[in-house]
Amino acid sequence: MAMDRREFLKIAGLTAFLGIGGKAGLELLAPGDVEAAVKNAPLTAGKKWGMAVDVQLLDEAVMDKCVEACHTHNNVPDVGNPKEELKWIWKETYDHSFPGQENEYLAGRYKQKNFLLLCNHCTNPPCCRACPTKATWKREDGIVMMDMHRCIGCRFCMAACPYGARSFNWGDPRKAPKELNPNYPTNPEFPTRNKGVVEKCTFCAERLAKGQYPACVEAGNKAKPGVLVFGDLDDPKSEVRLVLGKRYSIRRKPELGTGPNIYYMI
Amino acid sequence: MYDGGKIITGLVIGVGLLLFPVVYNAGKAAKAPEPVLTEKAKAAQQCVESTAFMKTEHMKLLDEWRQQVVREDERYYKSPSGKLHYKGLQTTCMECHSNKSKFCDECHNYMGVDPYCWECHIAPKENQ
Repeated sequence: MAMDRREFLKIAGLTAFLGIGGKAGLELLAPGDVEAAVKNAPLTAGKKWGMAVDVQLLDEAVMDKCVEACHTHNNVPDVGNPKEELKWIWKETYDHSFPGQENEYLAGRYKQKNFLLLCNHCTNPPCCRACPTKATWKREDGIVMMDMHRCIGCRFCMAACPYGARSFNWGDPRKAPKELNPNYPTNPEFPTRNKGVVEKCTFCAERLAKGQYPACVEAGNKAKPGVLVFGDLDDPKSEVRLVLGKRYSIRRKPELGTGPNIYYMI
Repeated sequence: MYDGGKIITGLVIGVGLLLFPVVYNAGKAAKAPEPVLTEKAKAAQQCVESTAFMKTEHMKLLDEWRQQVVREDERYYKSPSGKLHYKGLQTTCMECHSNKSKFCDECHNYMGVDPYCWECHIAPKENQ
């Protein structure tokens, strides 16, 4: 960049004066980067995305809405065969969701209830350590992201994930039964996957970049406001931290040390 | 030379067979297809980069884009004219170049390249 000493000092002085040193100062030196402007939007500046699920508000209808919204947005087909099921967000019973925390006398309202499960976007994700090609990795904002271009389909990550949050494409998703997926692909703005790659929830990273909530959060809260609270767990003033500060919550298999970031408020 | 007649006949047949494809296809070279622009692409006048750049470097640009978007979450591209574009094959590129069969496939077929983009990315619906 062509800039003489005098000009540099002027900008540096001004930056210090305005108290916007560090990264903001650097951006002043390299103006025109739209990323800087977009990153200021509240939803694109997180450090540790997480979610709190209000179990008391959660019912079958809401869960179905969330699952449908997610699968519609992300072009996740219903392959018909439960052994080859593609799961980004799904329903599961208490003893399957929280194994080790069940007991004989558990209140019926939990025993018979389904829970909404998705990728926990762990703080210490075992899937990322298992991946030999770095096709899955932990982003700086906490999302455990998946690069379908790089996935070789070895399925080590599926073996590593203790939550069953990863699914393998045993066949071409576009060849999924038409009668189960009449309008597939449902979202023309989002790609499908191809045969032989692993896929999972991405917290709708492309929606977050636009300042929108993940599809499940949007649909869930439309049906029942407050059922899914999404936000930055690193920010003590965020909505998700405020609700977690008030309610008792549990996580799935925290004893494994993966640091799951989906909280279930009982 | 022993068996000269047989050898020469064999040579003539052999060379003839070798040269057959050259002779058969002489003067029939397939013309390089010209990519067809849609009305929308024509109206825009300028792609994200100059036409010459796009002709030779679009594959590298797309590869860079996918790295930057998927791995670094950098989703906007600033073209030399200063205009900002959302980086996306399926959204940005195909929004103007919605005639995939004429704009992409003809040339790719001519060059004998088979990019696997469309195994996942959804091609625009064409009317033809």
